[in-house]
Amino acid sequence: MFKKSVNKGMEKVKLFATWSSPFVKRIIWALKLKNIEHEIIYEDLANKSPELLKYNPIHKKVPVLVHNEIPICESLVILEYIDETWKDAPRPLLPKDPLDKANQRFWAKFSDDQVLPSFYGYIMKQGNEKEEAKETTLAHLKRVEQLLSEKKFLSGESVGFLDLVFGWLAENSRPLEVVTGLKLFDEDSFPNLCAWRDKFLEVPAIKESWPDQETLIAKYQEINLSKGK
Amino acid sequence: MAGSDDVILLDFWVSAFGLRVRIALAEKGIHYEYREENLQNKSPLLLEMNPVHKKIPVLIHQGKPVCESNIIVQYIDEAWHDKSPSLLPSDPYLRAQARFWADFVDKKVYEAAKKIWMTEGEEDRQVAKKELIEVLKVLEGQLGEKPYMVGESFGLADIAMIPFSVWFHTLNEIGKMNIERECPKLAAWVNRCMERESVSKTLPHPHKFYEFVLEMQKKKGH
Repeated sequence: MFKKSVNKGMEKVKLFATWSSPFVKRIIWALKLKNIEHEIIYEDLANKSPELLKYNPIHKKVPVLVHNEIPICESLVILEYIDETWKDAPRPLLPKDPLDKANQRFWAKFSDDQVLPSFYGYIMKQGNEKEEAKETTLAHLKRVEQLLSEKKFLSGESVGFLDLVFGWLAENSRPLEVVTGLKLFDEDSFPNLCAWRDKFLEVPAIKESWPDQETLIAKYQEINLSKGK
Repeated sequence: MAGSDDVILLDFWVSAFGLRVRIALAEKGIHYEYREENLQNKSPLLLEMNPVHKKIPVLIHQGKPVCESNIIVQYIDEAWHDKSPSLLPSDPYLRAQARFWADFVDKKVYEAAKKIWMTEGEEDRQVAKKELIEVLKVLEGQLGEKPYMVGESFGLADIAMIPFSVWFHTLNEIGKMNIERECPKLAAWVNRCMERESVSKTLPHPHKFYEFVLEMQKKKGH
């Protein structure tokens, strides 16, 4: 349906987004890390634009990266596409070694299939389900804690693919704590995770992305209030 | 350069996910030791090599495990990049397409297909059938007039999907449907893939899978 034509002179990059999607933010961070000029189009998911539906007819979701009119969907696929297309600008997001790469892909899937659903389950569910989600999430977080032993970032010495994938955790844990009172991990039980969170949020490309921590707190307050909690 | 020795695959004979890995290994002509797992009594090696999910397939290469079938297939392509054929295209956009469709098979096809024999009651089954055909038609849309899922070469997206062709006979019997008639392009694509030795010599006979599902259902008291 979309034919790719190489047009080196005019690299046009658009990202269909929402402010709250953990899957979108990781793309914005990647684009910033790679110094790729881009336009962000914020969608109202209750009222999706015809453009979004045209570019992602199958899942109808954000993020969608549109590069010179060609769409790429699914955040992990987009991240690898960005890394392979803008290869050395300024450095790769993924390692070169096949085993290291396979491990990062494995843990990326773990983030999205296991940690993220259980974390948000803990935040949003009630009663027994909340307790169960809490236990599950803590078990998952212990594994991430282990991954960080002897490593500065999840991807190694500098921030990379796996950090961007787990970035939702770094970015949202404190704001959600402030708004809901739900604290999942502390410095005593999860020293590596807490240290990683601070380091990650200090990376300029991350720090300078909107919404920042204060804005997130305000936006979560808004949602919280409107639910009559 | 990766050696062909010291490659072990922990697998289960009928697993569509394990079959993906076996097909990829066959495509590259990689020799490996196949170890059948009893999923009711998992080996210590499996538990050691995949502590997070405790699932097959697990590829163990020079003592190091790689888990998750689509990830393993890409690993095989990269670790044995000097062996042809390539399992992914070289163009970043086509590679993204390959990954997208491999992921689509996981997210949509597997879930929809399982429902056919897992649902009870005629109404739910009809809903499941409709869902599955819709999903398969999306795949047909992607296929279009192309020989394979993403362009001219057999690759990751085809490897992700082709083991599920073994399920068609079972789905047709239990679901009282005819997938090949409703999705003729997909059926043609299956035949095309079956012309490859890596596929025809690897996939179990669809009747064997049917027997397996009937056994499973009996055990669950269906």
